[in-house]
Amino acid sequence: MPLPWIVVFWPWLGALALLGVARARPAAWVNLCVSAVSLLLALLLLATPEGIQGWTRVDALNQVLVLLSAIIGMTTAVYSAGQIEAKGFDTLRLRAYHGAFQLFMGAQALALLADNMGVMWVAIEIATLASVTMVAVHGTRAAMEAAWKFFILCGVGIALALFGTVVLYLAAQPVAGHGDVGLSWAALRAVAARCDAGLLNLAFVFLLVGYGTKAGLVPLHFWLPDAEAEGPVSISAVLSGLLLNAALLALLRAKAVVGAHPGTLAPGPFMLALGLASVLLAGFCLWRRRDARRFFAWSSIQHMGLAAFAFGLGGPLGNLAGVLHLLGHSLSKSAVFFGIGLAARIKGSQQVAAIGGLVAGHPALGWSLVLAIALVAGMPPGVLFASEFLLVSEAVARLWWLALPLALGIFVAVAAKIDMLQRLCLGTPTPDAVVPGRLEVLTTLGPIWVHLALLLVLGMALPAGGAALLARAAEVLR
Amino acid sequence: MFGELSYDIAHLLGGAMLLLSFALLYQRRVPALISIFATQGMLLALAAAWQGAVQHAPELYLTALIACGAKTLLIPLALRHMVQRLQLGRAVEPALGVGPSMLAGVALVVLAILVALPATAGARAIQREDLALALSVVLLGMLMMITRRSAMSQLIGLLSMENGLMLAAVGVAGMPLVVELSTAALVLVLALVAGVFVFLIRDRVESLDTAVLEQHRGEAAWGEAAQDASAAEAAAAEAQANAGEIR
Repeated sequence: MPLPWIVVFWPWLGALALLGVARARPAAWVNLCVSAVSLLLALLLLATPEGIQGWTRVDALNQVLVLLSAIIGMTTAVYSAGQIEAKGFDTLRLRAYHGAFQLFMGAQALALLADNMGVMWVAIEIATLASVTMVAVHGTRAAMEAAWKFFILCGVGIALALFGTVVLYLAAQPVAGHGDVGLSWAALRAVAARCDAGLLNLAFVFLLVGYGTKAGLVPLHFWLPDAEAEGPVSISAVLSGLLLNAALLALLRAKAVVGAHPGTLAPGPFMLALGLASVLLAGFCLWRRRDARRFFAWSSIQHMGLAAFAFGLGGPLGNLAGVLHLLGHSLSKSAVFFGIGLAARIKGSQQVAAIGGLVAGHPALGWSLVLAIALVAGMPPGVLFASEFLLVSEAVARLWWLALPLALGIFVAVAAKIDMLQRLCLGTPTPDAVVPGRLEVLTTLGPIWVHLALLLVLGMALPAGGAALLARAAEVLR
Repeated sequence: MFGELSYDIAHLLGGAMLLLSFALLYQRRVPALISIFATQGMLLALAAAWQGAVQHAPELYLTALIACGAKTLLIPLALRHMVQRLQLGRAVEPALGVGPSMLAGVALVVLAILVALPATAGARAIQREDLALALSVVLLGMLMMITRRSAMSQLIGLLSMENGLMLAAVGVAGMPLVVELSTAALVLVLALVAGVFVFLIRDRVESLDTAVLEQHRGEAAWGEAAQDASAAEAAAAEAQANAGEIR
C-alpha cells in the first residue's frame, strides 16, 4: 500500500479503536499514540518522491501541509489529554469526541493528498461531518446552535462544490476521456487548455462558492465564529489550523485548472476580491468582540482572507507568501486557542471581561499567551510578519491601488489584536474560578512552546532544505 | 433530437423533478412536504436507471437502487417518524405565498437556463438540458432553505438540493462511480445527523423553529448574564426582606 494511503487510513484505524475505549485516561493515551505515529508517517512522507498513486498524489505543497496537520494533531492530542478528565464527558461523548477527532485527522489528510477532485470532495465532506460532531459534543444550547449553523451552511457549500465538480468533469470529459482520469487534478491541468471555457467558468463559480464557504471567506463566513467559539478548544485548534487550509487548497487546485485555460474568466481577481473583503470586514469586526474565542475566530477569517489574497495575486512570490501565511496562521492560531482554553477554564468564562491580568496572576501562561498573540498579530520575528511583508510588497509592486485597502485591513487588525493582548494579559488580574492541575498546565504550555519555537524557526532561521521545500510548494500552484 | 426516446424520457423525468421542486416551494404542510420529497426521490431513481440503460453503464443501476432505497423509503420513513414524535401532523408553517414563491422560482429557473445553456454550447444537447434542469432543482432547493424557518423544512430543502446534484451527476456520461456512491452515502449520513440534531434541538429549546436559536450569539450572553445576576440579587434581597417581616 503506498505511504499516502497509510497516512490516511492509520488515523481511521485509530478512530475505530478509540470508539471502543470507554474511559478517559486510556482513551487519551491511545489518541496520543495514534497522533504520534501519524506524525512519524508525515515525516516519512517528506522522503517520498513526488508522484501520483491512483487517487492520491504527493507534491511539495501537500507534503508541507500534511506535516503541518500532523504536528498540530499531535500537540492538540497532548492538550486534549490534559483537559479530558476535567471535561467530565460520559462514555458516549468520550467515544464520539476521540473517534471524531481521528476521523477528522484522516479525512483532513485525504483532502490534502487527493489527486482526484471527487475523492477530495468526499474527504472534505467526511471532515465536515466529523467536526460537526465535535462542535456539538458539549451538548449545550450554544454548542447546538453553532453545530446546526455549521452543518446547514457547510452542507449547502459542500453541495455546491459537488455541483462544481460534476461540471468540471463535464468540461474535461470530451478531451480527458471517461472514468477516473477525468477528475484527476494532474490530468485536468494537462487538458484544461483544450476544455470548453464556458463550462470551466461555471465549474469555478460553484467550486469557489462551495469551498469558499468551508474556507470561511467573507461573505460565506457566518458559521465560523460560532463553530470555533462553542465546541471544545481542541476542535477550534484543528478547525482553524487545518480544515480551513484543506478547503483553501481545494479551491487553489480548482483555480489552477481553470487558470490553465487562456479563454476563461481569470480566477485570480475573484480570490483577490473575496480575500480583501475578508481582511477588511474581519479587521473592523475584531473591534466589537467581547468573547475571546470569537475574537480569534474572526482573526482566522482575516488570515484566510490574507492567504486567499496572496494566492489570488499568484506568481512565485505571491504563492510563497500564501504558503508561508497558511503555515504561520495554523501554528500561531492553535497556540492561542490552547492558551485561551486554559485561561477560560481558570477564570470560568471565555468573555474578555472575565479574563484579565494573566501575566500578573499566571506568569507562565500569561507570557506564553502574550507571545502567541503577538505572533498571530504578525509581529516580527514570527513567520506571519515575513509572509505579510512579502504579500504587501508584492501587492505594491503589482497592484498598488489594491495594496492600500490591504494595508489598511492589516493595520486595523494588528491594532485590534494588540488591544486584545493588553486586555487579556496585562492589567490587574480578575478572580480565578478554578485552580488547574499541574498536568493541565503542562499539557497546555508544552504545545504552545512547541508552536512558538516552530514559528520563530520558520520566521528567522529556516534551514536551506526547508526553504527549498517551501519554494517548491509555491511552484506547485503555478 | 426531439422524438428520440432516450432524450425524451430523460427530459420528462428531469422536468417532473423540477415540477416537484416547485410543489415543495409552496407546500406548507410538513407531511405533504415529505411525500413530495419521496416522489422526487423516486423520479431521481428512475432517471438514474434510465441513464444507466442509455449509457450502458451498469453502475448507474446501483446508484438508482441506492437512491430508491434511501430517498423514497428510508429518509421519508425517518422523517415521518419524527413528525409523529413531534406531533407536526397538522402543523402549518409560514412560507412565502404561492404567488411570490412561484415567481421567485421561475426567475431562478430562467437564471439556471441562461447560465447553463450558453456555458455548455459545446456539449451534447441531452447533457446541456439535463444540466439546466439539475441546476434549477439545486437553486429551488436553496430558495426553499432560505424562505423556510423550521429545521424540518430546511432539511427537506437541503435533501431536495442533493436530488438536483444527483440528477446532474447521473446525466454526465461516464462520471466516475466514486462520486455517486459517496453522494448516496452522504445523503444518508446527512439525514441521520440532522435527525439527531432536530431531536436535540427539541430537547433543548422545545421548538423546531430555528429562529429561537438565533438568540444566542455569545456576544449578548455577557449582558444577559449580568442581567440575570442582578435579578438574582434583587430576588435575594426581597427574600431577606420577607424573612425580616415574618420574624
